[in-house]
Formats: sequence, C-alpha cells, structure tokens
Amino acid sequence: MKLTRESVQRVATLARLRLTADEESALTAELDHILGYMVKLNKLNTANVELFSHSVDNLNALREDKVTNQSNAEALLANAPERDQTFFRVPKIIE
Amino acid sequence: MSLIALTVHEAGEKLRRREISSVELTEAVFERIAATDDKVHAYLTLARDSALEQAKQADTRLSTEAQPSPLLGMPIAVKDNFLTRGMRTTCASKILGDFMPPYDATTIAKLRDAGAVIVGKTNLDEFAMGSSAENSAFFPTRNPWNLERIPGGSSGGSAAAVAADQCIAALGTDTGGSIRQPAACCGVVGMKPTYGRVSRYGIIAFASSMDQVGPITKDVRDAALLLQALAGHDPADSTSSNRYVPVYSEALSSGVKGLRIGVPKEYFVSGMQPEVENAVRAAIRQLEKDGAKIDEISLPHTEYAVAVYYIVATAEASSNLARYDGMRFGHRAEARDLTETYMISRDEGFGPEVKRRIMLGTYVLSHGYYDAYYLKAQRVRTLIKKDFDEAFKRCDIIVTPTAPTTAFNVGEKTQDPLQMYLSDIYTISINLAGLPALSLPCGFDGDNMPIGLQIIGKHFDEPTVLRAAHAYEQATQWHTKKPKI
Repeated sequence: MKLTRESVQRVATLARLRLTADEESALTAELDHILGYMVKLNKLNTANVELFSHSVDNLNALREDKVTNQSNAEALLANAPERDQTFFRVPKIIE
Repeated sequence: MSLIALTVHEAGEKLRRREISSVELTEAVFERIAATDDKVHAYLTLARDSALEQAKQADTRLSTEAQPSPLLGMPIAVKDNFLTRGMRTTCASKILGDFMPPYDATTIAKLRDAGAVIVGKTNLDEFAMGSSAENSAFFPTRNPWNLERIPGGSSGGSAAAVAADQCIAALGTDTGGSIRQPAACCGVVGMKPTYGRVSRYGIIAFASSMDQVGPITKDVRDAALLLQALAGHDPADSTSSNRYVPVYSEALSSGVKGLRIGVPKEYFVSGMQPEVENAVRAAIRQLEKDGAKIDEISLPHTEYAVAVYYIVATAEASSNLARYDGMRFGHRAEARDLTETYMISRDEGFGPEVKRRIMLGTYVLSHGYYDAYYLKAQRVRTLIKKDFDEAFKRCDIIVTPTAPTTAFNVGEKTQDPLQMYLSDIYTISINLAGLPALSLPCGFDGDNMPIGLQIIGKHFDEPTVLRAAHAYEQATQWHTKKPKI
C-alpha cells in the first residue's frame, strides 16, 4: 500500500506540524520507504502473543497523596514566551 | 601522566591523597577543551565559573571528609538532555530556545551531592534522535579519532569529550543504543543499565519505555563507580526500581572462569564490516582462553527489532513531544490563532529528523493504523523479550558487536534515514527488552577507528556484565589507546 500525500497532510495536522510543499513530498517518499520496511512484521503470526507492557516486573508505585514539591512559580514563569504577572499569556482560544 | 588523561579512579586517588586539587584538575580539563573543542565540537554549553566554584568546594570537602565519595571533585560532562538547574538545557533543539531548567534531574542532584564538578553540557542528536550527532540543531560533533568521521549518537558529544580527555567521565542516555554506539565509535566504555535501575526524572523524554541514563567512561572500573552514584530508587520516577543496589566495584575482579557466554548467531550477518566481526570473534576467543564457556545461541526475532523499535519509539516520541507547543516555555511563533501558533512554532522549532519521527509516530498511532503497526509491534516486542528470557536460561551474559561498522563519514547516511536506523541493529533489542548492556573497545579497523564489543546481562545483573568487561579489558588493554588531536 502506497502512502499518499493526503495521508501525510492528515498526519501533519494531527501532529500540529506545518509542512512546506517540499517537506510534504520528501516525507511522503521517506515515510513510505520506512513503512515499507515495517511490513516485515506481518511475516509473524502474533495472534496468540500478549501485548508487551513492562520490561521489568514492577509493582504499582503508590505513595501518599500529599504535596512534596515546593512552589517555584517564578522559576517556571521565567521560561514563558509571554507572561502577565503570575500568568502565562497565550493566544486567544474563545472568540 | 597528564591530569586530563586520568580515569575517575586514578584521579580520585590523587585527590584523596591531596596530590592534586580539584581546582587544578578542573583547570586542566578546561585548558584541554580550549585547545581541542574547536575541532571536536563536543560541548554545547561550558560552565567554567560554576565548575571552578564546585571544584573549590570539593577541595574543602576533600580536606575534611573522612569517607569522601569517589566522585568528589571529579570533572564530569553531561549530555544536554539532562535538566541542570540554572544551566541552559537545549536538547540540541531550537524549540527549547534558551530554556533554563527550574530543577535538577535526580541523577544531576546525585552528582552534585557526591561533589562532582559539572563541566558543561554536551552535544547530541536533537531530542536524542539519531546515531551520528549530526542531527544537532547547532553543529555536528566530530570523532576525536578522525575528524571526518561521526562520533556516533545520540550521546556523541559525551563520548567524544571522554575520548578527547575533555572531561574525566560523562553521562549519556540510551534509548536504542545512544550510549553504547557512540562509546564504540569513540573507543571508550559506555553502559546502559537495566530499565528502572537509574531514575529518569528530569531527563528530557524521548521514548519513556526505553530511555535510560548511564555512564560513558575511560575504563570499566569508572563505569562501575559512576553507576554506583546514579543507581537506586527515586520516588519521582514511578518506573524506577526499589531493588537492592549491589556494590558494583566488588564484582570487578572475579574474572570469567566458568562464566557461560552466549553468542547469538543472528548477530553475525552479512553487511557487517569484516574487521568488526574479526575483532569481536577474537574477543570471544580471549574470554574463552580466560576460562569462560562459549555457546552459540539463537535470538530468532532479531531481524524484526529495528522495525519494532522505530514503531514503538516514534509512537512514544510523538506523544512526549506534544508538550512543545510554545505556550509555557520554548519557542513561540507569531501566528493568527492558537492552532497556527502550534503548527508554526513546531515547524520552526523542530529539525527534519524530529519531524520525521513525530510524523511516523503519529501515523502508527492514528485511527486505522494503530492495530496494524503499534499493537503489532508491541506483540513482536514480547517475542523479542522472550528470546532473551530463553537465551538467559543457558548463559550468564551475551556477547555481540556493538555496531555493524566503525564510525562512518560525516554526511554519509544523512540522506537515507533507514540506513541510519540500521546502525542501531545490535543495540536496540536490548532497550526493547529492558536489559543492561555495556560497550567497550575490542580493537581497531584498518583506518585506526575503534571497534566496540557489547556485553549484555540479565535484568539487574550489572555486576556480571561489569565483571566480564573488566576481565576482558585487563587482558587486552585496548582502553589505554588514545586519539591524537
């Protein structure tokens, strides 16, 4: 099955990636090539194989529900592209 | 012997005997960087002022503490995907801009508590995605053995810095071979511990079910010392193990007599460089001569590992990298609305390989393809892990090449992503199965480029891996060879 340019556009939208026309055609060819390689997995019958979950047996990691970290709002906000006092400023999302 | 060439255990002895000071050692490292890094390009950020401050404090602690840590006063380089409080962290990506971490990764906090001196942050493939350190958004790192060759990746900066004596040891991360393959390319020791042995808290996530922190060092004893400082349970990482941490250096001198070594027939296939095969076969004979029992084994699903890995790892990466949206940190583009802000910020911020992997990961998780790719890969991953479970009923460790070739030329594989992915063919199964593995030098090819030997252990059996590696290293002395820069 050949990967189409339309599927690449659809996936780019899902991934929130703007692609130029050149990137789109390059990725269509590259991903088609890579996905073509993945087809070898179909040689294996995995009907009775369990899905992988963990490589190492680990019990659920539970802890008491209490706050352990200290507030460091200023350090976090220092990396903000745009801020307003103690808020992150973001583009308007409701018209 | 010059100070920069010292290992952690050699420098540690001199520091504790007060023959040298941490300030002297740190100064020597920065002099070496000044003299060589315009050729090697191992570092993205240097932290000279804070390093010298830490060295001074270490010298005070060295004169007062009765039982100083083996890392006290030791100049260590850190891959730039570890969060370091107050020190710029880029992950070799433009999308993080001049990100200043508000906290330390647990492993960095452990280094600081041990009194290590953090020299700076080393280059990598952007978001640790790559096998050559060419995918850095800043510049490619070069191999100290030959500046026209790649240093391996993604921890290419850390491996090159260790090989070039630009630090005493370094930290890397390994998701599909990113510690072991560059260690092999640069002729140094690199260890990926068992998944869960070392905390991942504060490591910039790539593929969370496989990412693991480990040391890159000049010899095996140093790998044991660093692993000791890094290992252990961390409440901040729910996948970190609370199993007992053994004393790794105690395992080193036991030798390989009676050790059962498996050699997987699937790892010696056409396409590998003949000199790599010869060197690895010679290493196996050496281990046999020293008393190990060699047995051919089979890991029948090996040929599927690259396909499984590039489905699972890209799927996890596409989810992990969704956080780079330009809202709370990192690069934000000017745009008309929110969706466009996301799309343009991510377009401008991510490099080509990261975009390719986000696209691949999003595709294999998307409606209509999830079963055929992602779930299929997760089932085959179970088969790959079972191959190792079966093999380890018959042997204590498995020995293989680390990579099919020595370091290739800069630019050689950048046009063919699939060829680049195949350079991880011997390392990725180990991440899929969560096992510990170490690469150490086992010879040189005709162009004087180092060859790596990979030793794989059972889950949490780092002591046996280190023990076999140390026995081989002491019998051969490849690790004493240095590149001329």
